[in-house]
Amino acid sequence: MSMSNFFDKSDLVRKDAENIVSDTLKNCDDGELYLEDSKSESIVLDDNKIKSSNYSSDLGFGFRAVSEEVVAYSYSNEISKDSLKSSAENLQSTLKSIKGTYNNEIPKSNKKFYNDINPIEQKTLNSKLEVLNKVNDYLRKKDGAVKQVTANFLGEHKSIEIIRSGGEAITDIRPLIRFNVSVMLEKNGRKESGVYGIGGRQSYDDYLKNDNWKSVCEEAFRIASVNLESKPAPAGEMKVVLGPGWPAILIHEAIGHGLEGDFNRKKTSAFHNLMGQKVASEGVTIVDDGTIDNRRGSLTIDDEGTPTERTVLIENGILKNFMQDRLNARLMNTRSTGSGRRENYRHVILPRMRNTMMLSGKQTQDEMIKSVDKGIFAVSFGGGQVDITSGKFVFNCTEAYEIVNGKIGSPIKGATLIGDGPSILKEVSMVGNDMKMDPGIGTCGKAGQGVPVGVAQPSILIDKMTVGGTKL
Amino acid sequence: MIKDHKFLDAKASFCLDIAKKLGATEASVTIGHGVSETVNFRNKKLDESNRSDDLAFSIDTYIGKKKSSISSSNLLDDNLKNLIEKCFETTKNTPEDEFNSLPDKNLLAKNIKNLNLFDETHVKNEKKIIYLKELEDTASEDKKIINTESSFTENKSNYLLANSDGFCGSFKKSSFSASCVTVAKDDKSMERDYEYSSKRFFSEIKDPKVLGKLASHQTIRKLGPDKIGSEKLSIIFDKRIAKNILNAFAGAISSSAIARGTSFLKDKINKQVFSDRINIVDKPDIIKGLGSRNFDAEGVKSETLNLVEQGILKNYLIDTYNGKKLNLKSNGRAGGTTNLYLENGKVNFEELLKSNSKCVYVTETIGHGSNLVTGDYSVGATGFLVEDGEFKYPVSEITIAGNFKDMFKNIFLANDLDFEYSTNSPTMMIEGMTVAGK
Repeated sequence: MSMSNFFDKSDLVRKDAENIVSDTLKNCDDGELYLEDSKSESIVLDDNKIKSSNYSSDLGFGFRAVSEEVVAYSYSNEISKDSLKSSAENLQSTLKSIKGTYNNEIPKSNKKFYNDINPIEQKTLNSKLEVLNKVNDYLRKKDGAVKQVTANFLGEHKSIEIIRSGGEAITDIRPLIRFNVSVMLEKNGRKESGVYGIGGRQSYDDYLKNDNWKSVCEEAFRIASVNLESKPAPAGEMKVVLGPGWPAILIHEAIGHGLEGDFNRKKTSAFHNLMGQKVASEGVTIVDDGTIDNRRGSLTIDDEGTPTERTVLIENGILKNFMQDRLNARLMNTRSTGSGRRENYRHVILPRMRNTMMLSGKQTQDEMIKSVDKGIFAVSFGGGQVDITSGKFVFNCTEAYEIVNGKIGSPIKGATLIGDGPSILKEVSMVGNDMKMDPGIGTCGKAGQGVPVGVAQPSILIDKMTVGGTKL
Repeated sequence: MIKDHKFLDAKASFCLDIAKKLGATEASVTIGHGVSETVNFRNKKLDESNRSDDLAFSIDTYIGKKKSSISSSNLLDDNLKNLIEKCFETTKNTPEDEFNSLPDKNLLAKNIKNLNLFDETHVKNEKKIIYLKELEDTASEDKKIINTESSFTENKSNYLLANSDGFCGSFKKSSFSASCVTVAKDDKSMERDYEYSSKRFFSEIKDPKVLGKLASHQTIRKLGPDKIGSEKLSIIFDKRIAKNILNAFAGAISSSAIARGTSFLKDKINKQVFSDRINIVDKPDIIKGLGSRNFDAEGVKSETLNLVEQGILKNYLIDTYNGKKLNLKSNGRAGGTTNLYLENGKVNFEELLKSNSKCVYVTETIGHGSNLVTGDYSVGATGFLVEDGEFKYPVSEITIAGNFKDMFKNIFLANDLDFEYSTNSPTMMIEGMTVAGK
């Protein structure tokens, strides 16, 4: 049993915990006790040295009671019968005099989308240090312009158990790793940096076999080199071609958040009254998929115990589904899409994205570039953000080029692109045939909670977006 | 109840003893406990209650110049013992770094001032509910407000830092925060804005009616925005945004960015970085201050630092490790700034608004558009078009861009500084930025 730490080393007996859960939730509509045992490590090489080597072990529970629209939540990392009891009392004090019927239904599935491995223990500290040192040597020998190298490993092993009223228990073991390289170049007094990384729910060796770390270094170096030649970005409205893969964070920010159940139940999303309507150009299909093997955003079950699925959000331009957790699904008379997630036991469940993907169309990237007289070609982004209510979203280019008369021109400096979520997909005039997943590096923030996510898209042409450069 | 000093101290001594017995040459331990209770309201009804009870432990163990760290939330003695053993083993296998060490003993904080950071008051959930009801009633008076979400949080924490050089310091802190987010709608648009108040003492938090009124007013005035054309303009940053520019500056003078050579302000010490109108201070001993502290994350005493005097950069923010790299002494800034602020300018708010015939007053920015390596800045913005000192209409879906090196030299400040946050700026105008819109 994965959760032995909870019940072996404290005065809390499983049977007692089950009884407290059943007692507390008896008049509630929903709720659970969530147990989490997580281990994580971070090893950083910076400025020619192993800068830090951190290990963290975290054990805690979160207890949730739901009645109609009201959520009462209490967590603690003091594992004891007293601590669980005082959490239960706290929930009861919020939810006085309620009369609900506990919903016992949780769909079941036998499918698993990653293996029960512990990536931290699978590789020795020394072998990780060795790779980091190789990265540093490789990049510094490659070019005298390399002035700074940072490389790091992040590994995580998280076991969770959900105990529902009546004693039903659902478990999952989730590995997660990330490998990142950042390089700074200096030439003729100019400094620019480039960052690249890979990761997912597999072992380090799955990513680092055949000296794969070299290709990560090459990519970070290439981005920094391109930026050394960059000139000021243009300012104003123009056509934008987005490359495949990671630029799909545009979809994540512009569309994804606005299709999360909570914002639509509360009617604060610009999409809340658009179900069944045309929200995108024809040929645009977007899905949110938690079921792709070993991907960073994949989950066997969500944090409420619901198996994940492939949820079609927009099909051929028409809005089909929102992403739902159990609470919002119940209040909107629909079913959970297995999208209920939390950063860890310290946080409440929210409907969140998993791997958000725009599917391939028919055109080629060449056709798109050729069709643009004046615009930009954006290949990679730093991060993005959205204002759900107004629908305005931004993201920051980390690699982009100008397009002049159908040809790719000089690289341009990092600029913010801004657009309007509900209208941007109507401005998509070409969808490429080259869909690609991102390399496995995304973390999505919402209400102070970060969760790992993935994105994917083909090249797309957007007819009108505002580019926030400095050149008028 | 939060754990007392005695509990934290006993755990810390236990950990330091184990590290010493294992053979660590130096060690540094933190033990913390925090209890936080939140009540959320939505559309005048209870939406969520949230209680958290958080224990935290971390240790750095050193063997000569080798160092590694471990953290955990499980403070049971046998778990601590296992983890410290693991940490010690990892340290053995970690390469040496000549700059690794505990802080210099003579820099450690000795005189602990009472900064009055803890208010015993416990605001029961029933009382939070009364506050939030009054807040939301006021916030939703206007029919254009279609959604309100508000929240009241009480936070209490106790934290102790001890090291093998005999340092042991702790502080108790409290905070009370209330916030209100409102959504307004008309036939053309839907907009969101907010207001919040956060204080160490419950009695000082904003009146719920005032908070609700502000949130509602700030949201309604954003309705029906237009995009504007692309041009060079002066930007006026509302105080809640101006502080972010100051935080970017703080990021660029952190000793880690300077030591790594990844800051646009490297080698700018004693040079003119801002115009000579500008003074920037980091003051750790403000009574009840949101950023106040006696010592930093390593136990080094934090004293007032004049970071910028008449536009000249005077100090970096230095911790022990990066200080040694740069051959400078720590100035007690491990973990960042304390109460950081820009001193007042000479004109009042109205005069600042009028100083250009046309400008954009920015109330919100989105995106992470600050590049501290190059100084390039580009973010999405919403706000108002201001002509001859008057607010004309709301503006959205624009970006503002520039480079900090130029922006810093073109800052003009109003004289309306107050201490609502840990980083504070008067209303700030920056001339000559690029606005991209239509």
